[in-house]
Amino acid sequence: MAIIENLLEAVRPKGKRGVAGIWHDEHHLVEAARKVRETGIKNFEAITPFPVHGLDDAMGIPLSFIPWVTFIMGVCGCAFGLWFTWWTFCRDWPLNIGGKPFFSLPAYIPIMFELTILFAALSSVATLFVVCGIPAIEPQIIDPDLTSHKFGLFIPTGESGYDSAKLEKLLRDLGANEIKHTEF
Amino acid sequence: MMRRAPLVMGQNTYRDISDDICRLTETLPDTKFLFGLSAALCLFGLYALVQGTIAATGMGLQGINHPVGWGTDIVTFVFWIGIGHAGTLISAILFLFRQKWRTSIARTAEAMTVFAVMTAGLFPILHTGRPWLAYWLLPYPNQRGPLWVNFRSPLVWDVFAVSTYATVSMVFWYVGMVPDLATIRDRAKSVWRRRIYGALSLGWRGSARQWNHYEMVYMLLAGLSAPLVLSVHSIVSFDFAVANLPGWHTTIFPPYFVAGAIFSGFGMVVTIMTILREAHPTFKDYITMDHMEAMNKIIMMTGMMVGYAYASEFFIAWYSGVEYEQFTFINRAFGPYWWAYWIMVSCNVFIPQLFWFRFFRRSIPWMFVISIFVNIGMWFERFVITVTSLHRDFLPSNWGMWVATIFDYGALFGSFGMFFTLFLLYTRVLPAISIAEVKPVLPVGRDGGNHGHH
Repeated sequence: MAIIENLLEAVRPKGKRGVAGIWHDEHHLVEAARKVRETGIKNFEAITPFPVHGLDDAMGIPLSFIPWVTFIMGVCGCAFGLWFTWWTFCRDWPLNIGGKPFFSLPAYIPIMFELTILFAALSSVATLFVVCGIPAIEPQIIDPDLTSHKFGLFIPTGESGYDSAKLEKLLRDLGANEIKHTEF
Repeated sequence: MMRRAPLVMGQNTYRDISDDICRLTETLPDTKFLFGLSAALCLFGLYALVQGTIAATGMGLQGINHPVGWGTDIVTFVFWIGIGHAGTLISAILFLFRQKWRTSIARTAEAMTVFAVMTAGLFPILHTGRPWLAYWLLPYPNQRGPLWVNFRSPLVWDVFAVSTYATVSMVFWYVGMVPDLATIRDRAKSVWRRRIYGALSLGWRGSARQWNHYEMVYMLLAGLSAPLVLSVHSIVSFDFAVANLPGWHTTIFPPYFVAGAIFSGFGMVVTIMTILREAHPTFKDYITMDHMEAMNKIIMMTGMMVGYAYASEFFIAWYSGVEYEQFTFINRAFGPYWWAYWIMVSCNVFIPQLFWFRFFRRSIPWMFVISIFVNIGMWFERFVITVTSLHRDFLPSNWGMWVATIFDYGALFGSFGMFFTLFLLYTRVLPAISIAEVKPVLPVGRDGGNHGHH
């Protein structure tokens, strides 16, 4: 058991030190996030149990770039399907099947279509994993209720230019129901 | 102004939703569940025995022979693949149409898709008679040339379509579940429970930047799944439509198969949702009677669409003037398999007409019984298409009959054991309702009036 604990400790992602404020209501969180951003703090994070609309704008998070990956990989999947069916049946081993042309494009369209979808879907999810830093082994969490019914803001002490006492005051002034000095 | 019914009933807070949905994964099952699981497991065991015997002995144990070479395995494959379609329709297409009533049923409908596709996928592999050579279906570099699979064949299209569908629907289901698994992880009392769900949740933390990308990918997967699901049953229909056999060789097949798939899939969703609601009464707040009614309306509409297809096939057989086509359709309705045809029409076209009446749409016992009839009818639809078309083709010297053997019955009924074993285990291990999707559709003004900002 001790071996497992040590292994997990070695691979666990390291968090930054900072101060977290916890709200019991998502609308107050959005307001607080907007005000934190107005004070000039850029590198802060909000933690919510479900996607809260308006939070992206309040925090200045741009629209996800993943659709570009989906589109490019979809085009690649389609091109791969076309190339592969052509290469196998026109170059590698041309087989005469029922006198049909070697390059039977209409018959290859289902293959190209399915590969388009497969490449686009799997690459989108792979990109999601990379940008979200998952899978992560037992990452630091601030409060177990943040995946259930509470809403948190985390501001790291290092990059914000504030020390933890000032951050605590800022979050209290924004109406945080709870304050935690923690890592994330 | 039209009054809109709430999507979640009862006075639930966010914490209540987490409690209600996670409770199933955190408590031990009751005897009713164990009884159901044992029954499903027995059937599953029978299935393994039957399919194992067929694989070890040969396909001759089933009723297939010349001229009916496609029997129970192909019929049941199309049946289960069709069942799967409603899950993707609910989770992807209704999502894109912003039909918020889908949120509480989407997770279980998607689980149904995954399990139905798993059940379906075994059938064509076992139907080959030599399942240990199933990898020959894939285009891989081999030492026979390499000799490639024939990409002009609908059967190869089907390999690509079904495997892509299985992959994408499993990924869509799992990605949707990741935040909920993190909820279960964070509620865990014991270390191992936290570790297991921690691994399953992939270390999800729900930060705003994660949600930003997550929501985008969820929408992209929905957008990709929507054309995918339509393509899959179209390609399954090509298995038949590309052949030159009267009764199979028709252009109506792709839309007809897709409508039938949605019809049968919603039938199965209603069957399992009525069971889930009765077994876990707290779910009645989330899977409301309005949701059940909406699904019953879709069953009636798609039932009439397949009814239209049945009529259209007859009309075209007459209008085309092709005598073989005309014979095939008259033979379907009045030949030796007339009973299969009329079971199909009664279950799929006549019985769902009861849903014109609000009473039947909102009565749990009635909708349960009707959904079972829909399932039976849709199995017989595939039976009628496959077997009655094959058993009498162009030359009377080539005619024959197909008779089910005990191994046909074992494969058909046993497959339900596999499906329900997977489904029952799922309801106790994974969150059966999407926690993170239900919370945002709570009526505004709950939580003691804290939501006054709108």
